[in-house]
Amino acid sequence: MTTYIIRRLILAVIVLVLVSLFVFLSMRLLPGDPVLMYMSARSVQEITEEQLDLVRQEFGLDKSLPLQYLDWISGVLHGDFGTSILNRSPVIQEILRRLPITFHLGILAFIIAIVIGIPAGVLCAVRRGGWLDNFVTTLANIGITVPVFWLGIILIYVFALYFGWLPVMGYISPFENFWLNTKQIIMPVFCLALGPIAGNARQARSSMLEVIRKDYIRTAWSKGLKERAIIMKHALKNGLMPVVTLSGMGVGTILGGAVLIEQVFNIPGMGRLAVTSVMNQDYPYVQAVALIMAISIVLANLLVDISYGWLDPRVRYN
Amino acid sequence: MLEEANLGSTIIENAPRTSEIRRFFRVFLNRGVVVFGMVIILLFVITAIFAPWLAPYNPDKIDMNNALLQPEKAHWLGTDSLGRDTLSRVIYSTRISMLIGLVVVVLSGIVGMALGLIAGYFGGWTHAVVMRLIDTLMAFPMLILALLIASLLGGGINNVVMALAFAMVPIYARLMCGQVMSVKENDYILAGHSMGASHICIMLRHLAPNCFPPLIVMMTMMLGTTILAEAGLSFLGIGVEAPTPTWGNMVNDGRQYLLTNPILSFAPGLAIMLIVYAFNMVGDGLRDALDPQLRGVI
Repeated sequence: MTTYIIRRLILAVIVLVLVSLFVFLSMRLLPGDPVLMYMSARSVQEITEEQLDLVRQEFGLDKSLPLQYLDWISGVLHGDFGTSILNRSPVIQEILRRLPITFHLGILAFIIAIVIGIPAGVLCAVRRGGWLDNFVTTLANIGITVPVFWLGIILIYVFALYFGWLPVMGYISPFENFWLNTKQIIMPVFCLALGPIAGNARQARSSMLEVIRKDYIRTAWSKGLKERAIIMKHALKNGLMPVVTLSGMGVGTILGGAVLIEQVFNIPGMGRLAVTSVMNQDYPYVQAVALIMAISIVLANLLVDISYGWLDPRVRYN
Repeated sequence: MLEEANLGSTIIENAPRTSEIRRFFRVFLNRGVVVFGMVIILLFVITAIFAPWLAPYNPDKIDMNNALLQPEKAHWLGTDSLGRDTLSRVIYSTRISMLIGLVVVVLSGIVGMALGLIAGYFGGWTHAVVMRLIDTLMAFPMLILALLIASLLGGGINNVVMALAFAMVPIYARLMCGQVMSVKENDYILAGHSMGASHICIMLRHLAPNCFPPLIVMMTMMLGTTILAEAGLSFLGIGVEAPTPTWGNMVNDGRQYLLTNPILSFAPGLAIMLIVYAFNMVGDGLRDALDPQLRGVI
């Protein structure tokens, strides 16, 4: 197990380094001089070459690329993501303000996806072909196709504008007003969770169906065990293994969905920051958001891999 | 007599092949949702091709006197804030969304499969390097990756295609690589090597065709995913730019008039959902018909 964990850790570190390189190079190698962007953002029309050099020195852009990367990455490791091009404030301030909001919604959505999706899929497999199976399968198929931003708008129309049961949009800290916060996040969390719920249900259903056909399940039946015992004790253990992997992938879906959902519901999280920064061409923010999301996903997958190896010893020796 | 015998043998020789094709169609068309999906796709393709004849109005014609009309006889889905006919705009959007979906899937499919083929075939260091690159790209949520690229390249259809294609490459590469690794263990690949066939010849003539089935399924489903992602980007205002109608930016434009004219957002969203659902169902059907063992993998 220890070797397995160490191997996974090394792989994760390699991927993290590559992720940081990718984000770094995305800014430096693509067309456009960051200094010129900075200058034009400050609407300076006539810039001398000396002034440009000064700014280049200020940002450390006169050094070689590998040195620039080392500068940048050591800054990142110390929590320094650079300064915003637009308002010259440290990127990290804004990130720290917004990160908890996105995580708040994301973690809730992740839990809901597991709590609703997996039992639904298992139920479908157990009652295969029944009306419940057909109903849930159809819902799940629709769930993975519906555009979340559109769903959000429909929910706003129905529950906020038409019935007036929920606030239209916005986000207030749960520590400030817990009740209002709960009402505000019902719709966005549902939108974020829908895709992963459907994904989990589909995966749980198909892998349970596979397990239920296995010989040892037939043996359990022929021993005269109760259905409950067979499903809960024998089938679930093996049937839910692939679901663990998939639920890890749900993290990516949720974080990607946050970009759209935060825009729809006017929630000041990371996703919204990414969108407004793209509009304002404020690249340091875009990079910071991309980097932090990618790191979260790599870490989530690392956790999934490790728990997978812990649950299923066969994986460790592969 | 002799002729009859020959005839008999040709029939027998051909038999497995025809029955294989027949089996494919029997399984493929067995489920109602798959047929439904095929019909929807066909309708959308026809709509895309014949948009100028089907659309009742010019989608870009501004008519301020008839702005924000409710659905009525002259405008089945009403008009937007500039008096443009919603139905015509939804119809024209079909063209762009389907085209972007197709181009992105072909582009990313070719690049991804080539990468996966090389990584899976050569193994060792090549495999390790390509896989780490794939892991790296897969660490980003697709939309964030597309945002990052679109933010650097700027908006516009070409850049949206580039951004989306780039974001989709790792999915094909990973699937192809896994396929190649299992197919290359077959004896006929060994036979190819022993006959002195070149790497290129083995990869393109013997490996690739035998790796295709799951990739065809994946590409079908990715058509839907791509259309969904493009709609997301356009919704955010980063994808296809304003005057050109796309379902994504129409949903966004309609938001402001949600209380009075909800149809402006509802209609294009419904179109997105229908086509994505159709591609997913057809992908499901293809998977069941081509290789049922893939169930749960894709």
